[in-house]
Amino acid sequence: MRQSNTYIIIFTLITTVFVGGVLAVASLLLGPRQAISIEYDTKSQILSAVMTITKKDDVLGIYDKRIESLVVNNKGEEIKTDSKGQPLIAEKVDVAKNYKLKPEERMFPVFKYVSEKDSTQIEAYILPVYGNGLWDKIWGFIALDNKLETVKGVSFGHKSETPGLGARISDDPVISERYVGKKIYDDKGELVSVNMVKGEKGLPLDTHHVDGMSGATMTGNGVNKMLKDYLDCYESYFEKVKSQNVAGL
Amino acid sequence: MSTEAVEEKIVKKVSEPLLSKRRKKLVKDPLNEDNPITVQVLGICSALAITIKMEPTIIMGLAVIFTVMFSNLIISVIRDFIPNRIRIIVQLAVVATFVTLVSELLKAYNYPMFKVLGAFVGLIITNCIVMGRLEAFAMGNKPYDSMLDGLGSGLGYAWIILAVSFFREFLGSGSILNFKVFEALGIPYVNNGLMVDSIGAFMILAIIIWIQRIKTGYVEQ
Repeated sequence: MRQSNTYIIIFTLITTVFVGGVLAVASLLLGPRQAISIEYDTKSQILSAVMTITKKDDVLGIYDKRIESLVVNNKGEEIKTDSKGQPLIAEKVDVAKNYKLKPEERMFPVFKYVSEKDSTQIEAYILPVYGNGLWDKIWGFIALDNKLETVKGVSFGHKSETPGLGARISDDPVISERYVGKKIYDDKGELVSVNMVKGEKGLPLDTHHVDGMSGATMTGNGVNKMLKDYLDCYESYFEKVKSQNVAGL
Repeated sequence: MSTEAVEEKIVKKVSEPLLSKRRKKLVKDPLNEDNPITVQVLGICSALAITIKMEPTIIMGLAVIFTVMFSNLIISVIRDFIPNRIRIIVQLAVVATFVTLVSELLKAYNYPMFKVLGAFVGLIITNCIVMGRLEAFAMGNKPYDSMLDGLGSGLGYAWIILAVSFFREFLGSGSILNFKVFEALGIPYVNNGLMVDSIGAFMILAIIIWIQRIKTGYVEQ
């Protein structure tokens, strides 16, 4: 009986329904909790561009207090609704999905890091970046000062860069520290971004270059391209903010 | 119907103590003499992939112990109903269910760890240790024994990967459970990049196998 086709089919059906049911229930029950975890993770990543986050920190609280977000297009205009007319939330903008679109069609979130005492005082602009590393996707956040010229901090993430080599972009705090204080504009006012050089020599470099990662030149190139691509996309927004700042004075 | 069958077996088992010598052997053997990694040489992939740091290794070890224990239990409970021709698929479905549960739980309660381990937790499904125990033990033994067998194999896997990860983190990153040992002691130490690479895992694993075989006198035939 156990070998008959009918028995096998019925057994398979029952197993499938049961297993599917268990997983569906689990997914339903854990869904809200997962959403919180992901939100917490996104927000701590954004904040880690400007501060060191420890496990004890109240990430969501700090975020609510210190971050104001908006979404812009690549002309620097603020957009409030998506293509379907739904209100946009900067934290929910999927940078990975937007990366596949042409720059003109993408949505670019901007996270303003405001002063603790005066919430109209902007201390830094935090921008998401996204690109390709050596093996897979890399991403991160770059924080610029309120003049939009100097890098205040970066935090990178990666999907599968080589551990100990390319993976250092996220694991090794030394790498992100190297970016602090670098300028994204050259003397002529051209946006040149900050580039990682080949090799890790520890030599003093100018304000547009940081020391490379030994054995991870390809990842470094990916980081360079990612930063330049996204800073270019945000450039018109920078111009706009700067002209407003001048007018405001 | 299935619950009846199980109850019957439990009643019969009462004569044997809960932790008889034979049962202790089920748990103990895979820890050393019949270790899934060092003797059976199974599950090497994940032993290389996730042992760079100790923290993810602990989670991975727990995930495997959980999966192999409960897959063994479920398969053993329904072993008399599984049609022989599709038994591998059924085993796979059970393992996959538990692995997915572990992965979802991790995503909900320890998202940073989920990001580190994500793919590898999913790959427990293909871990030969789990499938091997189901096919070799759970298909022919009682539920409680199967669970103990699963616990033994899981622990055998866990302690080896933990040992490997200890040396890899200590020598490769200069830390133990993310605590920077050398910095705290004030000893200058240049991290050994080889240990962070998979090659380091191979070497440490080989040394562990070497020491173990000197002690047990095990020789491959």
